[in-house]
Amino acid sequence: MSRLSVRKTYKLFIGGAFPRSESGRSYVVTSAKGEFVANAARASRKDARDAVVAARKAFPGWSGATPYNRGQILYRVAEMLEGRRAQFAEELGGPKKAAAERVDAAVDRLVWYAGWSDKIASVRGAANPVAGPYFNLSTPEPTGVVAVVAPADPLLGLISVIAPVIVTGNTCVVVASENAPLPAITLAEVLATSDLPGGVVNLLTGHQSELAPWLAAHMDVNGLDLGGVEDADLALKCEQEAAENLKRVFRPASEDWSLDPGLSRMTRFLETKTVWHPVGI
Amino acid sequence: MTTSLADVAASATTLRAFLHGLPGVDRVGADQRAAMLGTRSIKTTAKAQAIDLAISMVDLTTLEGADTHGKVRAMCTKAMRPGGGAPRVAAVCVYPDLVAVAAETVKGSGVKVASVATAFPSGRSSLEVKVSDTALAVAAGADEIDMVIDRGAFLEGHYLKVFEEIVAVKAACGQAHLKVILETGELATYDNVRRASWLAMIAGADFIKTSTGKVAPAATLPVTLIMLEAVRDFRDATGRQVGVKPAGGIRTTKDAIKNLVLVNETAGADWLTPEWFRLGASSLLNDLLMQREKLATGRYAGPDYFTLD
Repeated sequence: MSRLSVRKTYKLFIGGAFPRSESGRSYVVTSAKGEFVANAARASRKDARDAVVAARKAFPGWSGATPYNRGQILYRVAEMLEGRRAQFAEELGGPKKAAAERVDAAVDRLVWYAGWSDKIASVRGAANPVAGPYFNLSTPEPTGVVAVVAPADPLLGLISVIAPVIVTGNTCVVVASENAPLPAITLAEVLATSDLPGGVVNLLTGHQSELAPWLAAHMDVNGLDLGGVEDADLALKCEQEAAENLKRVFRPASEDWSLDPGLSRMTRFLETKTVWHPVGI
Repeated sequence: MTTSLADVAASATTLRAFLHGLPGVDRVGADQRAAMLGTRSIKTTAKAQAIDLAISMVDLTTLEGADTHGKVRAMCTKAMRPGGGAPRVAAVCVYPDLVAVAAETVKGSGVKVASVATAFPSGRSSLEVKVSDTALAVAAGADEIDMVIDRGAFLEGHYLKVFEEIVAVKAACGQAHLKVILETGELATYDNVRRASWLAMIAGADFIKTSTGKVAPAATLPVTLIMLEAVRDFRDATGRQVGVKPAGGIRTTKDAIKNLVLVNETAGADWLTPEWFRLGASSLLNDLLMQREKLATGRYAGPDYFTLD
């Protein structure tokens, strides 16, 4: 006797929970060959607003956690991801060997960034020489809530944009790739089970053009990564909206995710705090 | 009403008979009606109006042990000019010892000064202390007194004691308006909420208020619904209009608008003014201002651009 198939409902990931879109909408996700794969939630601007609220709420706890602790949690995410390699490889589709390699690269990328959590301050901070009886120390600080428009690469690209944002203590709202949103939601299941506090990463699936401008205009968002926006007009509009509250905007040229990522994505969403300490008192 | 309300409080027996003779509240019905009214969609221009109305109904409140003169002055300044062209709020609400500071700051602005009194929030003290607490606040310049009822006595069934306390405090208020806090979170049943509402109104309350804000649950929609029904029925019976003030737990614009819908659909448009309906809140004001900003600019506002409170 054949079993009834139990299909997964792909929902959003906001504040550690998996709600449907407030709007009740969904859209059809198709494979590269145009076949039906699943329905994904189509987030509205109100979902984006709720996600920003969740990210803001999570910010004090996450940015206040020790870098060591954040690193441990990112390792944990990598461990969880490792256990689901087969599932991700299947969801990515395409030739099996290539897909498996992409998943491995994603896990390795996460581990690489996790290692940076307690080292970035040594690289980006400084003990500045000053002419006076003071210690003068500069340390990198997270910038706040970062809105990320994820690139088309559904797993390695996604990990490569989320990990550098959160490892330094930011929280984020991510708009997943419009055409391949399913690995993002499966990644959300990984994040939800790896001690990552709810709200640190919020994942929205839906239309980029519907969500990105609202996030770019939102006064409670501090940074904006437009890496995944391919429409130049939309990117320009987002940049203009983001100027209203002087968000840190990152609009990289198209990237090859297999290369060494470097520090640029981490440092883009850091601010520098400099303090003077009197000596000998 | 068959009984004349003047005779109701003649003795403990008649008062009890009257309060227990009130029709019972259908709990499921009240919950469902409140939930149903909460789903009304208020958008665009109607929302803009509702937000401004809600702002003008706010009793901006600070009731912390850590309140300072500076904090009260800052709050009063915000009450007079919330910012962005928003209307001033209805009143500020403080502890009795800070009334003088608040009254001095808001003088001439039209913002009223309300003070909690009568051993707020528990109400556990003697009648003499409660009356002198009230007198202190009135002498310092309070326009409105928020008293708490003795919930212990009410739950024990000593309705006359509660009644006489309200009458005594009302006498001590003089010209000041009296708001009676029922603390519905401690009254256990909706029937008790209805009884306490009537008891307070018969005793001379100008306003009935849900909660102190110190007990959860505070102002839930069904409780506000029952109190609105009570003031409506009371006006039908006696011709005297009594105001309602839900307080505590109203934090978002959505909550505030749900309350306004409830007022319009239950008591009627007569109550939709700051004179007869108030929202006791502190953090609500910033959310209302943020929503106002969103409607004005078309972009979501952030708390960084509004004052801390």
